[in-house]
Amino acid sequence: MAFTPHTREDVAEMLAAIGVESIEQLFDEIPANLRVKSLERIPEALSEMQIARLMTERARQDGRPLCFIGAGAYEHHIPAAVWAITTRGEFYSAYTPYQAEASQGTLQTIYEFQTMISALTGLEVANASLYDGASALAEAMLMAVRANRRSKSQRILVPTTVHPHYRKVAVATTGNQGLILETLPYSSTDGRTPLEALEPYANEDITVLVIQQPNFFGMLEDVDALTDWAHERGALVIAVVNPIALALLKPPGEWGRAGVDIAVGEGQPLGVPLSSGGPYFGFMTARMSHVRQMPGRIVGRTLDLNGNPGFTLTLQAREQHIRRGKATSNICTNQGLLVTAATIYMSLMGPEGLERVAAVSHARTRELVAALTRIQGVRPAFQGPFFHEAVLRLDKPASAVLASLAERGILGGLDLAEHYPELGSAILVCATETKTAGDIEAFASALAEAMKSVRAA
Amino acid sequence: MSRVPADLKYTKSHEWVRELPDGSVEVGITDHAQDELGELVFVEVPTEGRTVQAGEACAVVESVKAASDVYSPVSGTVTEGNPRLASEPELVNQDPYGAGWLMRLRPSSRDELQQLLSAADYEAQLAEGDA
Amino acid sequence: MQTRTEPLVFELSRTGRGAREQWPQEAPPADDLPATLRRRQRPALPEVSELDVVRHYTRLSQLNFSIDTHFYPLGSCTMKYNPKACNSLAMLPEFLARHPLAPESHGQGFLACLYELQELLKEITGMQGVALSPMAGAQGEFAGVAMIRAYHRARGDLERNEIIVPEAAHGTNPATATMCGCVVREIPVDSEGDVDLDALKAAVGPKTAGIMLTNPSTLGVFERRIEQVARIVHDAGGLLYYDGANLNAILGKVRPGDMGFDVIHMNLHKTFSTPHGGGGPGAGAVGVGSRLLPFLPVPIVGRDGDRYRWLTEKDLPQSIGRLSAFMGNAGVLLRAYVYIRMLGREGLVRVGEFATLNANYLLARLVKAGFAAAYPSRRASHEFIVTLKREARELEVTAMDFAKRLLDFGFHAPTTYFPLLVPECLLIEPTETESKETLDAFVEAMVRIRREAEDEPERVRRAPHTLPVRRLDDVRAAKQLDLTWKPATQP
Repeated sequence: MAFTPHTREDVAEMLAAIGVESIEQLFDEIPANLRVKSLERIPEALSEMQIARLMTERARQDGRPLCFIGAGAYEHHIPAAVWAITTRGEFYSAYTPYQAEASQGTLQTIYEFQTMISALTGLEVANASLYDGASALAEAMLMAVRANRRSKSQRILVPTTVHPHYRKVAVATTGNQGLILETLPYSSTDGRTPLEALEPYANEDITVLVIQQPNFFGMLEDVDALTDWAHERGALVIAVVNPIALALLKPPGEWGRAGVDIAVGEGQPLGVPLSSGGPYFGFMTARMSHVRQMPGRIVGRTLDLNGNPGFTLTLQAREQHIRRGKATSNICTNQGLLVTAATIYMSLMGPEGLERVAAVSHARTRELVAALTRIQGVRPAFQGPFFHEAVLRLDKPASAVLASLAERGILGGLDLAEHYPELGSAILVCATETKTAGDIEAFASALAEAMKSVRAA
Repeated sequence: MSRVPADLKYTKSHEWVRELPDGSVEVGITDHAQDELGELVFVEVPTEGRTVQAGEACAVVESVKAASDVYSPVSGTVTEGNPRLASEPELVNQDPYGAGWLMRLRPSSRDELQQLLSAADYEAQLAEGDA
Repeated sequence: MQTRTEPLVFELSRTGRGAREQWPQEAPPADDLPATLRRRQRPALPEVSELDVVRHYTRLSQLNFSIDTHFYPLGSCTMKYNPKACNSLAMLPEFLARHPLAPESHGQGFLACLYELQELLKEITGMQGVALSPMAGAQGEFAGVAMIRAYHRARGDLERNEIIVPEAAHGTNPATATMCGCVVREIPVDSEGDVDLDALKAAVGPKTAGIMLTNPSTLGVFERRIEQVARIVHDAGGLLYYDGANLNAILGKVRPGDMGFDVIHMNLHKTFSTPHGGGGPGAGAVGVGSRLLPFLPVPIVGRDGDRYRWLTEKDLPQSIGRLSAFMGNAGVLLRAYVYIRMLGREGLVRVGEFATLNANYLLARLVKAGFAAAYPSRRASHEFIVTLKREARELEVTAMDFAKRLLDFGFHAPTTYFPLLVPECLLIEPTETESKETLDAFVEAMVRIRREAEDEPERVRRAPHTLPVRRLDDVRAAKQLDLTWKPATQP
């Protein structure tokens, strides 16, 4: 059972053509003492019918709770067409488009994607994707340090309002190259990064400032002031953005007087299912002047022998297969199939549809916050505008409240105790266009009961 | 057979050096090097005022199939990078010893110049590589 | 395959058109958001109907070669059949809807699959621990070298920052070493494709962090002296990294753990048949021996009694940390799990055997037809190198020309010009899922192309002729960068 087509006769003829007696003989260059004795812990093969039954049972075990968690992965409606086309074998089972003439479908799709994501972020060039939003931020940091030749410090200012997992990935990815990540505190009243948090660094050599918009708490940062502060001091700016939010919010290419230098983000909201965390894709756009410092694949349009337009991977001399130890990154395989899905999603939504998704998600979250904060012992942690997430403080232990909700089939948000213990008992909640008034009502009444039934700490 | 002008000095890593009357030197890559790389699509030259050590990577030449660092043949201070190469990288292919020069620099000492290869030495190295 | 090209989606756009059926029915104003933070102009996305979109992207798909439509003998990439069940079962609605931060109580089914996959991969590779989160081979490599560095640091051995790689290695190996802040030392291989042991002995020392090896190597042959290599590196205090790009060749036959490797990555999108997707998603799970267990990247799935749970930094305080926002390419991991369960013990062995049979058969047929093997005295592993040095010299037709002409015959080109060590090379990997008839047809095409190269060389040099586009101008692409569509520009 290995999807091999060989008949007994095929094998005999093939062995004869090679000039050996047995398949075993083909392994005679491997030292005998190294050969596998047994694979006893590997079970016997399952037929498709059997594995389908097993997987269906496992999936059913996980259920389909009503989910109000966001925190970097968002449930949006995905049109049926998106995955019906994306899983066509011609997209699904193709390789990286090195042979351009035999890969025009993938290449043109990436070119269209680069155009769309550049339009959303307001920057000039995009790559063909990175692994996810977190790894895209880490790569952007390495890129910015290469690009900012005026700065020697390799110091990067990272607000605490940047997704805590992104910050961890950045540390794990850039630490071995000596980048120094300094964290900036947030305001306890509005959950944003105040300019005062930057002041201690006003006269120091800073290479990069990172700004996440909306930030991890769902709050909207003062992106213009932060961007200008960094540029005035010779630092580059990396924006971490949600692509759905960009349908409503100012694109990073327009932040401050000059716009940011690099924008990255998690592409999952654009037609990619939650799927326990992946596969998603990271996107990256930048100023044209930084294109040669960009990691990853980039597709360009050119002409063929007959003078007709066609698409090909370009600027490959940045990449590991040519530049080896001096490449901009070691990345090769990225998240091509997810880019295909996102391109189809953005085409279906168009400018108006995407704006509606953003606006309805925002409206639902406001309704959710209003409904939940009417409950005794629940109040908003921060004052000010938010996009489609908000932090709520509870006067009962968050973990017990969330466990109680989960028992009722409602995932009522993320417990912030691990990453933000200073907030006390607090949860991060999210609503998107997929939530109805009935869903919100169900959450509110379940929370009201949970707040009553859970004992105070 | 690639050209190796007799009046220049060379490095093992395929750079050439021309001594200019004012005591500074002009640096480029050899005809052999440009031929190996193929048509260049991008050249990055150092900025004026940068100090470089002999053997330090200070410029990059890129074709669609290869990218290579260019190493400074001598230590010194860069006085000029060839400004035309930003928009016309093909000059390095067309005229490697003339309009395709990469940078000019003021050597910090004359000693390193003495240690460079002569045209005959460099030709011998190329011949060895072909064998 | 379509031979027409397709306009850009932006060229299909008409103001006011749209796939309204997909949009939310309402359009609330969001006027509570401060004007200074609002977008002033809608993004320039296309305005097209659902049918426009379906037709456009279906047509684009038809401009691709793929495993489902063509033989794809791309060396080093293991383009084997991707079973359909792996996809459909990973896309069961509950799996797709599960939020990555959902509690473990609502994920026992998913976590069980991942836990079992960890165990299966340990057994297959002979390693002591497995982490599944790296999202591609290159990230697996990064995790591996980062663990090697962390290991030396934890022992107070701070000077070890050199990574040795054979000169024929994948470009990712030196690129990864650099990302991990290491210095790369390249060593040569001998004329039969084995690592030059004298050069290795000269290269190791108190600064050696480790060596990165692919076995079978990128030259398509098994590294026969792997035990000596392991001894030399270990005696010098270094660790051995296994690049799993070629694991398909030895599946069920020999295990990296038994060869002496301390850390490996596996390309699940190669060996375990998850899709390549036109450039990802991949998955680069890592396996380690006992010395590196404490340093594995998080999260990992653990088991307490009959409950599965995430292991994080709290459980592994020496971990190199987190490499993805959540759990790597989780859905890809489910696909690999389904594949391995469908293969079972016997199927895994069969993969290694038939991948090797197909490669050696194809090599024998090509050699008999007059093509030159790069390593004629060696067995092929699951792939092999043919060198067209003679054809290039005598007929002035290059490996690239052969590759492009193969496309006209309905075969995806093998890997060309890698490894750089062998001039005019084709690296050919047929995989176990191809039939004898397909391999025979490939040989016939190669023979016909050589005949053309003799009789009508220009036809080969200007190939392909039957695809949507002719050979593309890479120089123009790199010099006159056109990376996004703008309404007014035409190339």
